[in-house]
Amino acid sequence: MASKVRVETTINGEPTEFLCEPRQSLLECLRDVLHLTGTKEGCNDGNCGACTVVMNGALVTSCLVLGPEAQGARIETVEGIAKGNQLHPLQQAFLEEAALQCGICTPGFLVASKMLLEKNAQPTEQEIRLWLANNLCRCTGYDKIIRAVQKAATQMAEVKA
Amino acid sequence: MNEFEYRAPQTLAEALADYSAHPSAKLLAGGTDLIVQMRAGRKTPDVVLDIKHIAELNELSYDAAKGLTLGAAVPCHIIHNSDVVKREYPALAELAGIIGGTAIQGRASIGGNLCNSSPSADSIPLLIAMGAICRIASAKGERTVPVESFCTAPGRNVLEPGELLVSLQIPAKSKGTGSYYLRFIPRNEMDIAVVGAGVEVTLSDGKISAARVALAAVAPTPLFVTEAGAALIGKEPGSEAFEAAAQAARNAATPISDMRGTVAYRKHLCAVITRRALEAAVAQAKERQ
Repeated sequence: MASKVRVETTINGEPTEFLCEPRQSLLECLRDVLHLTGTKEGCNDGNCGACTVVMNGALVTSCLVLGPEAQGARIETVEGIAKGNQLHPLQQAFLEEAALQCGICTPGFLVASKMLLEKNAQPTEQEIRLWLANNLCRCTGYDKIIRAVQKAATQMAEVKA
Repeated sequence: MNEFEYRAPQTLAEALADYSAHPSAKLLAGGTDLIVQMRAGRKTPDVVLDIKHIAELNELSYDAAKGLTLGAAVPCHIIHNSDVVKREYPALAELAGIIGGTAIQGRASIGGNLCNSSPSADSIPLLIAMGAICRIASAKGERTVPVESFCTAPGRNVLEPGELLVSLQIPAKSKGTGSYYLRFIPRNEMDIAVVGAGVEVTLSDGKISAARVALAAVAPTPLFVTEAGAALIGKEPGSEAFEAAAQAARNAATPISDMRGTVAYRKHLCAVITRRALEAAVAQAKERQ
């Protein structure tokens, strides 16, 4: 066994420390070391987006990040999206629009969609589809996901107004 | 994945000393190629040097005389959203938004795309067309190499053991210069080019005074087609000149048949994609006069 390294990071605003082997991905560290199992493993090679998290303000597939790279980083995962028991408008809209079936892709879609709406509060359908092209869903056919993102965008704009 | 030691040098000097002591180490920037290759067992380094904490590799600066300095580890999403890149090199800003998807662009760098040296790499034809120069450093010193001379075979390039790509220097663009990268993919996004063309043209007094054309995915390396550029110089920008360049691109291509397309299909696409890329570059050149 290779020697483990200590990683100090911030996850969903909480200073967090963990030990990992350099060859463990951030995805494995989140799930197997920190037991934050909201982030899912799909393809494990950067194509499917199920493991998408935010790292230092950038959307990344956590399967293509090494655990030690999280040193000093700010990580945001699906666990940080709801405020306690109150769902984020995106989560609520995903439920209402039935934008999920098996649910494996959903955390990645939520994390990616949240960042989209932070950058572009009223995206067009084309902009949503292009932004979410890095996230694959084999259940819904995408239309329901697009509708959910549009609905959340509308609701968030109403709350602001 | 095999075991390895992870190190994150903080300065260029530290990285070069470490790399020179361990030339079999692999360099990690965005990891979107390297980590996939390591997980598949195609690369089994004993040391991984994470080079993205080094200031020179993160530089993104513009100077009207020197042009753009693009650090080798700058991720695509920074390039895509950079105001100076959008203003001075719109084709480069657009390119950085089509490599992989959003979460790949959060990590992947143009320098890494170049060093991975795939014949189908999207960034390389545009870098060649824009006249980009590689700044390469090792513990022994530095050298520069034009991007068109960088790749030597699929996945191979001129970097010697212990040498790393520090940055790319892209000349400032005079008025009347337009650039464009266009690729053909069967999907709308998240795909590998069947054929790609990077072009740059400069217009003066209604004629093309300079032109560079390079192709992706039609040869063992990204292909700089000097004949296509030569076919454009001195001509009025229009279908006759574009067609001559398109035919030169088709003639220069030596593609293979694979799951993405046959030889005949790719050669046909070379002409189509080159012509359309030239139309877009000329339109941009006219806007920028």
